[in-house]
Amino acid sequence: MGMTFAQKVLAKKAGFASVAVGQIVDVEPDFCLSHDNTAAIAKTFAKLGVEKVKNPERFVIVLDHTVPASTEEYAQGHKEIRAFVAKQGIKAFYDAGVGICHQVLPEMGFALPGNLILGSDSHTTAYGAFGAFSAGVGRSEMAALYATSRIWLKTPASFKIEVKGKLQEPVTSKDLVLKIIGDLGADGALYKSVEFTGEAVGAMSLSSRLVLSNMAVEMGAKNGYCAPDAKTFAFLEGRAVAKYTPIYPDPDADYERTLTYDAATLGPQVARPHTVDNVVPVEDVEGTKIDQALLGTCTNGRLEDLRQAARFLEGKKISRGVRMIVLPASREVLLDALREGLIETFVRAGAMVLNPGCGPCLGAHEGVMAAGEVCISTANRNFQGRMGSSEAATYLASPATVAASAVLGAIADPRKAGRGGGA
Amino acid sequence: MIEGKVWKYGDDVNTDVIFAGKYTYKPLTPAEMAEHALEDLDPSFAKGVKPGDIVVAGKNFGCGSSREQAATCIKAAGVAAVVAVSFSRLFFRNAINEGLPVVELAAGTDFVRKDDQIQIDFEKGVVTHNGKGYPFPALPREVLAILNDGGLIPHLKKVLAGSRG
Repeated sequence: MGMTFAQKVLAKKAGFASVAVGQIVDVEPDFCLSHDNTAAIAKTFAKLGVEKVKNPERFVIVLDHTVPASTEEYAQGHKEIRAFVAKQGIKAFYDAGVGICHQVLPEMGFALPGNLILGSDSHTTAYGAFGAFSAGVGRSEMAALYATSRIWLKTPASFKIEVKGKLQEPVTSKDLVLKIIGDLGADGALYKSVEFTGEAVGAMSLSSRLVLSNMAVEMGAKNGYCAPDAKTFAFLEGRAVAKYTPIYPDPDADYERTLTYDAATLGPQVARPHTVDNVVPVEDVEGTKIDQALLGTCTNGRLEDLRQAARFLEGKKISRGVRMIVLPASREVLLDALREGLIETFVRAGAMVLNPGCGPCLGAHEGVMAAGEVCISTANRNFQGRMGSSEAATYLASPATVAASAVLGAIADPRKAGRGGGA
Repeated sequence: MIEGKVWKYGDDVNTDVIFAGKYTYKPLTPAEMAEHALEDLDPSFAKGVKPGDIVVAGKNFGCGSSREQAATCIKAAGVAAVVAVSFSRLFFRNAINEGLPVVELAAGTDFVRKDDQIQIDFEKGVVTHNGKGYPFPALPREVLAILNDGGLIPHLKKVLAGSRG
């Protein structure tokens, strides 16, 4: 019997010919990520009595969650992080403004096929889009990794999700992954390695694959893998910080479950409050009044997302009474969007364009919600209280649905929305 | 063996309702975190919880963020253990690493109600409720070692001291 992607990568990292599902292995990650939580992690690291970070070249630190600092406490945390990276000689430090970690790591060439990447952020699953095995860990674990570079991981069982056919514009990988999460449930892939495959995944851009892998954690998965291909290698050309060897599952690997989807028949999907698996076709929630529309985050803040949203906003005005917030995922995305005129489209339509970062996704700053308000967002979570008041409601959708809704002032089906030219 | 009074919750209790994002980047002590424990799920919890109480929930407890404070705040509130049908992998790891015992009762937790008394025997792997026993699987050796040392940081300090000695 062959091995799944998860078995192959963990066997390789542990130095074994093979590993069984459920086997615990002791491994050294290739790269580790932390963000604004580095301030707290550095304090925990200090408790260990270890002076220097082992292998500082393996750690990547990105300030993104509360940038620029909106409180003195956040500013103090950032200051401590800058001092920590200077003292420890951590060169891969990206200060406020570079972007969201899950966009910055790919851009800077750290998301490499066949690599093991761990991060003190649950959406670290994102790098599976590049064929990495990547998963979230906690703060204590990151402090331990600073000290030892080693961690135990359990070898997960695997699901294969095959997506046949082609997505029909304006339906995107966001709609697809919401549909899958709705079907499987928030714990449907709990502790599993999920492999996304099939014609539709092969046809996707890396940005679209990142949405699948990013949101794999919302079905409980440990990681979400897409097979690296010519598009992956082309993206990494001139970016990759190290040589890499792609890892592919064996054709006769054993999957706990295999699910099949048809991309061609899929329509826009929306996750209703307050769980990500509360998913319905957009028609079921059409007309729901909104107060805020959020375009951005580590899920859908990339150039193709901004392009798609701009097509619905070109020559239009955001509905009176609706606030639209746009956060490009990185400085690189922001520069590209500026060059293409997308930012002008957003501003003319009445949107607020904010700095690259996580923004209000986690309710820390920059657009939190009051009681009774409704937001439609391209983010990955809609938990109660996440974006501010526990009496606010968040709907999750694609950039197309969010932009069309901002214009209408209510949740809209992007297939019906008139696009461009003020038509 | 521990015995405690139950706080009962449902499925998919997520990290945002356990410990809200607006607090995650504030430099709070564990005691301060405990004041916000389960704030958006059950505002009566932080005020009413007593040392030794046990949280019992349905499936996928602690889903969502990697934030370790979700485990820290429950532990600091004095909770002796969390029993659930299943846990998100991040909460599971964070709980072990904070020295908070987690018990996975795959057969279900519907038999328990709020304010019931339950006993947990970690050595035998049994939860007892109204005289009836419900078995649970023992934790792997590597994981138990971390939990028994009171969490990952004290465990690693011990390991590092041993390797230096």
